[in-house]
Amino acid sequence: MPIKAITPDYHGDFKDSVDKFRGNQIVNIHWEKHLMFAWPMCVPLPPTMPFGTLIEGVLPGIFGAHPNFKQIDWSQVEWKTSKGPFKPDPAKSLVDNGIGHKTTISFSTPGLAGVNGNAVC
Amino acid sequence: MAAEGNVKPAKKLSLKENYALLTRGLGWEPSYEKHEEIFRNISFEGIKIHDWEKWEDPFRLTMDAYWKYQGEKERKLYAIVDAFQQNNGQFNVTDARYVQALKIFINGITELEYDSHRGFNMLAREFPGVGPRIAAQMQSLDELRHATTQIHTISQYAKYFTGMNEFPYQFDRAWYLSIPKSFFEDAVTSGPFEFIVAISFAFEYVLTNLAFMPWMSGAAFNGDMATVSFGFSAQSDEARHMTLGIEVIKFLLEQDPANVPLVQKWIDKWFWRGYRLLSLLATMMDYMLPKRVMAWNEAWEIYYEQNGGALFADLARYGIKPPKRAPETIAEKGHVAHQMWSVFYANRDAVGFQMWLPSNEEMDWMSEKYPDTFDKYYRPRYEYWREMEKAGTPFKNTTLPQLCQVCQWPCLFTEPDDPTTLSLRETEYKGETFHMCSDGCKDIFDDTPEKFVHAWLPVHQIYQGNCFLPDVDPTAPGFNPMYEALRYMGIKPGVDGGDFKGSADATNWEKWTSRPANIHEGAYTDAVRDTSNPSDAARKAI
Ligand SMILES: [Fe+2]
Ligand SMILES: [Fe+2]
Repeated sequence: MPIKAITPDYHGDFKDSVDKFRGNQIVNIHWEKHLMFAWPMCVPLPPTMPFGTLIEGVLPGIFGAHPNFKQIDWSQVEWKTSKGPFKPDPAKSLVDNGIGHKTTISFSTPGLAGVNGNAVC
Repeated sequence: MAAEGNVKPAKKLSLKENYALLTRGLGWEPSYEKHEEIFRNISFEGIKIHDWEKWEDPFRLTMDAYWKYQGEKERKLYAIVDAFQQNNGQFNVTDARYVQALKIFINGITELEYDSHRGFNMLAREFPGVGPRIAAQMQSLDELRHATTQIHTISQYAKYFTGMNEFPYQFDRAWYLSIPKSFFEDAVTSGPFEFIVAISFAFEYVLTNLAFMPWMSGAAFNGDMATVSFGFSAQSDEARHMTLGIEVIKFLLEQDPANVPLVQKWIDKWFWRGYRLLSLLATMMDYMLPKRVMAWNEAWEIYYEQNGGALFADLARYGIKPPKRAPETIAEKGHVAHQMWSVFYANRDAVGFQMWLPSNEEMDWMSEKYPDTFDKYYRPRYEYWREMEKAGTPFKNTTLPQLCQVCQWPCLFTEPDDPTTLSLRETEYKGETFHMCSDGCKDIFDDTPEKFVHAWLPVHQIYQGNCFLPDVDPTAPGFNPMYEALRYMGIKPGVDGGDFKGSADATNWEKWTSRPANIHEGAYTDAVRDTSNPSDAARKAI
């Protein structure tokens, strides 16, 4: 049911549409079962950035402080978005890997389960 | 005309006559303007009122009596505030950690009193019924008084401690203060009926006791006589506001059966929004009161599960059900305070209040209060972070969060049935993705996306480049966007927030009071007097 408002057909402007981010798009990245990093990390990235650059150039700055981070075997990592699991091609861009504006990427690292095996650390 | 010396005063009005004249007697039916032209905003929400005269005035209070009572309360309150200032009452609180909670209060809560003043002012204009209009007018004045008394009492702390001197400025800009701000601005931009259900019923009647009772006793227990005094001064106002809340609900439900589903939808929405706002109180109660009175989960059990349960059982006869997302609040009660403290700690450089890890004494208290959750999920995290502090590599998160489009909290909450999985929800609307922290917030977005697509989300605003002061050049070498965004928000990086230990507040506290800034950790500086028993010291020396 549409909103009831004084003004007929009231509709707010989209405050965060991709054209407002100066060439970047918003990507949220969440490392599952490592809740020391307790929220999806929001970063502005060029849509043309190769997925491999996200892994090598962006993620270390976000999650590098975690002792599990260096142990990650990236070939074993499982990736998903709200649309389901996907296998990224590191050479292709974010967009070509299906990562659009405001997509949330979750990744899990089988075998690595937080500090002392504790998913909240 | 009576002869001189024989003047008979007019007969004194009975209380009932006086009341009738000074309330409903003040209204009139317009003759040269159409009723709908004067009261233009009362029909678009779909609420049907057939007879405003059916409104039962809950207080039987007239404006002249109101001024008299409020004037007396003000005189008493300001006498205490004077004494508090003359006696340096700000140093009588338990320790300087308590003051950090006051920073959240003045920067994030006091402005809500002012917003509430605005909202009730509008109702006093919008409602055609004289009874509710006068009630709204009084509440509008109450709320303005709450804002001013809070500012006056807390101003004494602001003379000695950091982070409280920019409160209206911060409220409109600081990233985490968009949480309370968006809550009230959603309410004041709603129609008059949604506003009154949201604030008078869902917030004041159902949830305010939770804020009022444990927090005020916490202030008293920790020696904050200033807060306690404005609390008591506001208490009789609160009682009036709560009565208004329940009266409104009954009036709307009795006027027309078509009102029931609208009221139910607003109860579901505003219970959830109010709960998400009050979760901030969960972490303040459990972590920021050096001497604690009760844990958040205990407060939720008493003030929502028991009291709220009885209330909704009573409202069932109108066809009203308990708030849709109440089960989630119960499932989260053992987690929410700990999850919030953790993210504030991890992001302490980006907030305007200082943070610390809980002491052993505090962690033992939490193990006792939260036997099912604390030792399993949160103690290991704090112990690990303590190790990292000891190793000289304290844990810090440096990346901004994905925010909830509705409540504006970071998406930090976990699934109600799984505390190791974040509760992430999203909706695609007109080709764009929107994120929510919970099913409760997703319900709200999906119901009225038109209102939430243009939420001012601080994280996105920073990335759009809208949160820098005019003197900043983002192309200059060494440009630090986080530092500059904090400056824009009125937060002094490394002064207002950061680590409590070593902060100006902690160091000054020890210098000025000769008492530890953190009663659980002993002195941080040499300014603290040695209070150990001299004979103990002598024995040790031998
Ligand atoms: Fe108030
Ligand atoms: Fe939310």
